Amino acid sequence: MRSRRLHALLLATPGLAWLVIFMIIPCLIVFFYSFFERGTYGGIDYVFTLGNFARALEPIYLTIFLDSARIAGIATVIALLLAYPAAYAITLAPPGRQSRYLLLVMLPFWSNYLIRTYAWIVLLNREGLINRGLGGLGVIDEPISLLYNEFAVIVGLIYNYLPFVILSIYASLQRLNPEIREASEDLGAPAWRTFLRVTLPLTLPGVAAGGVFMFVLSIGNFITPDLLGGGRVHMVGTLVYDQFLSARDWPFGAALSMTLIAIMLLLLFLQAVLVNRAQRDRGTAHA
Amino acid sequence: MKRLGGATAVLMLTGTLIAGSAVAAEKIVISNWDGYMPADLLERFTAATGIEAELALHGTNEEIMGKVMASGGKGYDVIFVSSPFAEALNKLGLAATLDPAALPNMANFYPEAMELKHDPGNTFSVPYAWGTTGLCYRSDLVDGEPDSWSYLLTPPEALSGKITMLSTDRWLLAAGFLANGYSVNETDPAKIEQAKIDLIAAKRGLLAYDDTTFYSKLVSGEASLVQAWDGWCNYGIGENSDIKYVIPKEGTDLWVDAMVIPAASAHKAPAHQFINFVLDAENGLWVAENILYKVPNKAAMEALDPSLIETYPNLGMSPADLLKEEQLLDVGETQRAYARAVSEIMAAK
Repeated sequence: MRSRRLHALLLATPGLAWLVIFMIIPCLIVFFYSFFERGTYGGIDYVFTLGNFARALEPIYLTIFLDSARIAGIATVIALLLAYPAAYAITLAPPGRQSRYLLLVMLPFWSNYLIRTYAWIVLLNREGLINRGLGGLGVIDEPISLLYNEFAVIVGLIYNYLPFVILSIYASLQRLNPEIREASEDLGAPAWRTFLRVTLPLTLPGVAAGGVFMFVLSIGNFITPDLLGGGRVHMVGTLVYDQFLSARDWPFGAALSMTLIAIMLLLLFLQAVLVNRAQRDRGTAHA
Repeated sequence: MKRLGGATAVLMLTGTLIAGSAVAAEKIVISNWDGYMPADLLERFTAATGIEAELALHGTNEEIMGKVMASGGKGYDVIFVSSPFAEALNKLGLAATLDPAALPNMANFYPEAMELKHDPGNTFSVPYAWGTTGLCYRSDLVDGEPDSWSYLLTPPEALSGKITMLSTDRWLLAAGFLANGYSVNETDPAKIEQAKIDLIAAKRGLLAYDDTTFYSKLVSGEASLVQAWDGWCNYGIGENSDIKYVIPKEGTDLWVDAMVIPAASAHKAPAHQFINFVLDAENGLWVAENILYKVPNKAAMEALDPSLIETYPNLGMSPADLLKEEQLLDVGETQRAYARAVSEIMAAK
């Protein structure tokens, strides 16, 4: 028993060490910086202050937190609505084909994130393919503004993270024992009821995992709002980026990051509580 | 003067940590913007002097500033920065005092280049390129000449949504300052506040903030009028001769990009040799011809092909004309207020 535990510990050590060195320690450094003042030339004056946190909660910045959550939330809901049918369709394919379809889902990752984002600029801009196409077909007279607004940012976020959501839902659908569905149908439930009462509840963990993943990646993203939002759509990610790299106000950037991390941890904690409760309920129901 | 997009951020942050240990024993390390000097310059420098040189890149002034402050300047031997940042490095004691005897090619300079306000006599910095910030526009899409900063801040209806502005703090604020008749180095809090309010109101008329691709937006026709550095407007002019550059009637800033040797450099003599090599007329000429920026190198500018000046009229601005504009200077403590104002402009709806 003891040697088994020792083995487990040994196996986990490299991973844990990686996390501690590249995740926990940097986070602590950021946490530490958030309590000091910005130096005249962008360094850090070691004078203790809570002012950075007070500033992060000023209405102008608080609005950005709320906007980011709204944008990430919309992107997450749309991504889930797109991903679920796609994942379902893949599971319906013959097993041999499924891996090919999954490969297609993963295919965009073979090219660089930046290049894919720039491709959207080519598509969406006022003189871009979509506007030219619609103009050529006579659908629109004047080019429509598709780029440098929230719409473009949401499109970019969904495009970039959709594969993760599809994969996570696919994994939970795939694990579902087909006999359960068959049992429901044998007992006379129509297909829609089987889906709503059996398939969907049993695959909710996959939906939740994909959704949380999508939301967390979206709310902290800075490249997509910067490029597709044209600097006019600000999200927490761009705000933090600007503080570190343009304003050179590391302490304020650190305080913003810490606030974001605190919100994320709270959300992840809530998700864990909900999943736990759901599992416990299911456990008692079966008993 | 140049600025890379968002992607490099993560690399930059890790770069900050690594920079401190990047000390080369034998060779000198130069940090410059990507594509801001001849590609074979280092090779030719090594062939001419026997000194190995390595190029590090930075995307923005702020990035190299962060790196140098984090490492105390160790690991770099020559850095290229805009003059307010050179001043800041000097005030922080991070810039080495230069030895004019080791820079005989300064004789190639226009006299004006020896007396720039940020560093008269070039004691800690040597100018590399200089120019102005103004309006770059499509003369076929804009009625008349947009000769005022108010075209950016309160654009006519026809231009609304077809304008980009620079987001780098000093130049963004300069547009607000100049439109109100203030100095580009304004330190009065009330005036900074006024510029901030005007620039927030101006957001409604903007297509985007853009520091790197504004000229291609003009070429594609997405934008009709952009705030631009003269050298970069030239890239647009090169692709579409309807694009023109104008300095608004309220005036503008004179910016200077300079070379600085960090005080912590372990190779100061070869670093001087490198700067002297850059000041060679032939290398200055390359910069003007290929990057289309003006250089303070008289010998180089006089060798410039006159047809280039015909195509890119702002290349022909004389040093006397340049110096009529107010040079951007370090504003010290006020930089905090600038950073805050710009954060609020960016965050505002």
